[in-house]
Amino acid sequence: MPAPIRLRELIRTIRTARTQAEEREMIQKECAAIRSSFREEDNTYRCRNVAKLLYMHMLGYPAHFGQLECLKLIASQKFTDKRIGYLGAMLLLDERQDVHLLMTNCIKNDLNHSTQYVQGLALCTLGCMGSSEMCRDLAGEVEKLLKTSNSYLRKKAALCAVHVIRKVPELMEMFLPATKNLLSEKNHGVLHTSVVLLTEMCERSPDMLAHFRKLVPQLVRILKNLIMSGYSPEHDVSGISDPFLQVRILRLLRILGKSDDDSSEAMNDILAQVATNTETSKNVGNAILYETVLTIMDIKSESGLRVLAINILGRFLLNNDKNIRYVALTSLLKTVQTDHNAVQRHRSTIVDCLKDLDVSIKRRAMELSFALVNGNNIRGMMKELLYFLDSCDPEFKADCASGVFLAAEKYAPSKRWHIDTIMRVLTTAGSYVRDDSVPNLIQLITNSVEMHAYTVQRLYKALLDDISQQPLVQVASWCIGEYGDLLVSGQCEEEEPIQVTEDEVLDVLEGLLVSNLSTPVTRGYALTAIMKLSTRFSSVNRIKKVVSIYGSSIDVELQQRAVEYNALFKKYDHMRPALLERMPIMEKTATNGPTEIVQTNGETEPSAVEPKHPPPVTQPANQANDLLDLLGGNDVVPVIQTTMPTKPASAGGELLDLLGDLSLSGIPPMTAYNKNGLKIDFTFERANPNPNIAVITIHASNSTEAEMTDFVFQAAVPKTFQLQLLSPSSNVVPALNQGTVTQVIRVLNPQKVSLSMLTYTHKGSPVQDLAEVNNFPPQSWQ
Amino acid sequence: IIWLIRFILIQNRAGKTRLAKWYMQFDDDEKQKLIEEVHAVVTVRDAKHTNFVEFRNFKIIYRRYAGLYFCICVDVTDNNLAYLEGIHNFVEVLNEYFHNVCELDLVFNFYKVYTVVDEMFLAGEIRETSQTKVLKQLLMLQSLE
Repeated sequence: MPAPIRLRELIRTIRTARTQAEEREMIQKECAAIRSSFREEDNTYRCRNVAKLLYMHMLGYPAHFGQLECLKLIASQKFTDKRIGYLGAMLLLDERQDVHLLMTNCIKNDLNHSTQYVQGLALCTLGCMGSSEMCRDLAGEVEKLLKTSNSYLRKKAALCAVHVIRKVPELMEMFLPATKNLLSEKNHGVLHTSVVLLTEMCERSPDMLAHFRKLVPQLVRILKNLIMSGYSPEHDVSGISDPFLQVRILRLLRILGKSDDDSSEAMNDILAQVATNTETSKNVGNAILYETVLTIMDIKSESGLRVLAINILGRFLLNNDKNIRYVALTSLLKTVQTDHNAVQRHRSTIVDCLKDLDVSIKRRAMELSFALVNGNNIRGMMKELLYFLDSCDPEFKADCASGVFLAAEKYAPSKRWHIDTIMRVLTTAGSYVRDDSVPNLIQLITNSVEMHAYTVQRLYKALLDDISQQPLVQVASWCIGEYGDLLVSGQCEEEEPIQVTEDEVLDVLEGLLVSNLSTPVTRGYALTAIMKLSTRFSSVNRIKKVVSIYGSSIDVELQQRAVEYNALFKKYDHMRPALLERMPIMEKTATNGPTEIVQTNGETEPSAVEPKHPPPVTQPANQANDLLDLLGGNDVVPVIQTTMPTKPASAGGELLDLLGDLSLSGIPPMTAYNKNGLKIDFTFERANPNPNIAVITIHASNSTEAEMTDFVFQAAVPKTFQLQLLSPSSNVVPALNQGTVTQVIRVLNPQKVSLSMLTYTHKGSPVQDLAEVNNFPPQSWQ
Repeated sequence: IIWLIRFILIQNRAGKTRLAKWYMQFDDDEKQKLIEEVHAVVTVRDAKHTNFVEFRNFKIIYRRYAGLYFCICVDVTDNNLAYLEGIHNFVEVLNEYFHNVCELDLVFNFYKVYTVVDEMFLAGEIRETSQTKVLKQLLMLQSLE
């Protein structure tokens, strides 16, 4: 059998293939040759064959038949064989195949080999793909190597130990004695990997964390030496000595100093020193500064240091390098809640970043800008943000619009300014605003009584220009329906009143009805608006005609409305004026509008809550949050959600509400839980005025002989909906069904599953239970 | 929080993988999918974008050198700038070791590239940062062949 071709040859040949098919053919041919060579158990060329196989694997072709051969190579005595064998093992083998366990013995021997390079190979392989079983078997060897004097091996052993700990956390204890002297090493490489090992141990186990706190002075000293020692050519990067080590030490200090006053104090000076002395002209220095800032923000640093950190971030924002600007914005976003004033100082720079070219920088700048808006800067900020809204990409418009509405609602300096701002958003980004903003805006407009004329005039003018943006059209038609009389009488005070006749107004509204651009919802608004004008305008006949035409519309909703309005004209004409009267001012019964825009890191922060519910709502929230940590909180959200819009669902709907009460409480009660004598029933009601919220009252009763004390009921729901738990009537469920404990839960759209956890003390012993409640009656969700 | 490197990839503009080092368990088809996704995400970006891109629930720090993209996938909370330095360090070592490295060097000597990676990274962490030390080790290993 001729000698198999060399690796180089193969690579060259494959590269000459002009099509995918040709390449595949060559590969198959070679694989066949390799397979027969393997079958012959040829020792001399095994290494070459496996190398070729690995190359083909890298191109994306299957190479599993080579797995056993890799093992044979590892077992060989030659270094070249071992090397390719281990590489093959790392590329081809993985934890799920039992084959890999055969490696364990080989690795064990190699860990004790006389040549350090072989030991190194073994450590490397174990560190990269060792499974938990392998780690368990070989942890002892790794630990031994951690104590050797050979620095080359110590470095590898340290990181291998990190991998072992990640796979089998229980083995952490085993490495503890070896860590004693790790930090007194002079060798930077060993120092670096030791810090990594210590970091990993501290992260995994709070005991270790407490144990290693005593290392803080030593770490501070090492860091100091690094900065002061000047030039150290081996680890120097652009004039900074071993930046990688500095970064890792800073990170370890962060973990050690978090929530510990003494450690934090011990590191205050060095942090200030690093922050002020590091060169900032290159990325390297900035990497260190960035890590320093993160550390300062996380530990209990004194306020001067925190201000220093934020100023560093502010300087980053002015840097030409967009990477650094990005990193600064991300960090500022995290700190804006806690160090609000310090971040405010950099507001203008942040606002400038809105004009950056990179999309992720723009997004962060936008979020940060919204976080910084307050009563003082609202006018200026809004100008910038509206300008941004005009020119930004569509993906931002929805969030930006919501943000503008929220900010305007909180800080509007005057009603007119507020309405102007809303108008601006509706006309520039009207199609991107969220659905719930329409009712919010309508409510806002209703409540600004003195601005009605001005508002309706502006909206009318906007409609003349453009009827494609549905939210704008909906709000406008609602307003015209309500305040059309003000429009035609030309009563506007704020600006030059326009001259418009009733017919022109009706033309516009009828135009909406027939336009292709209008959605069915919009048409509904328009029709209702026309109807309302029948009590405000004098051209009632025209309105009657329009309404009767739509009595035979194909759209069922329109048809129903038209038929009912027709009925109003014919049989109930005496009721018409009362029904179509001006809307009263709407009460806001819950907290502000939708929660703030979600920060990109996935952290949500509740907006300022002004709860109007009497019982304290925060206490169960804290307990629930702890609970959720226990549950491992994957896709559960904190139980307390601050806000739910309570505006009526649609303007047209309100009219129908007046006409006939939609009966909402016909939802049957259900038993959610019945075990060990504890029975929990749910009864349902719809919240008033928002029908989207179900108000569930839980009734807990106890049929055993002993009472249940410390009764706590908590619920968690998946991310898609929101839940608010009010305080229970009592913590004691009396025995033998003598009474019940009630508790109210408000849920937005309860659907299929929710998780509940109950804890109580029964006959002296604590009981805890977890239950899934998924038999909600269908009427409870819309 | 797990601060480990999930994987290191070197790809060319056409999408061919020149190096794929995985520090976390993935199925073969998952790996393939990841490679394709990374390539798609990274090649559409140009000079006006930052060198960081959010990817699934991690992030990728990448830099383009001539026709090759060097990508490191890390946790979202990790220090971007430090890994950028790490990539540059690695590339400088490759450059030194192969004497003005070009893509073909990485192709024909792929197993040596893995050796370089293994000298500088281990278990998903940066292991050795001193270029002189790494080069010394590499030459020693080469002499054993």
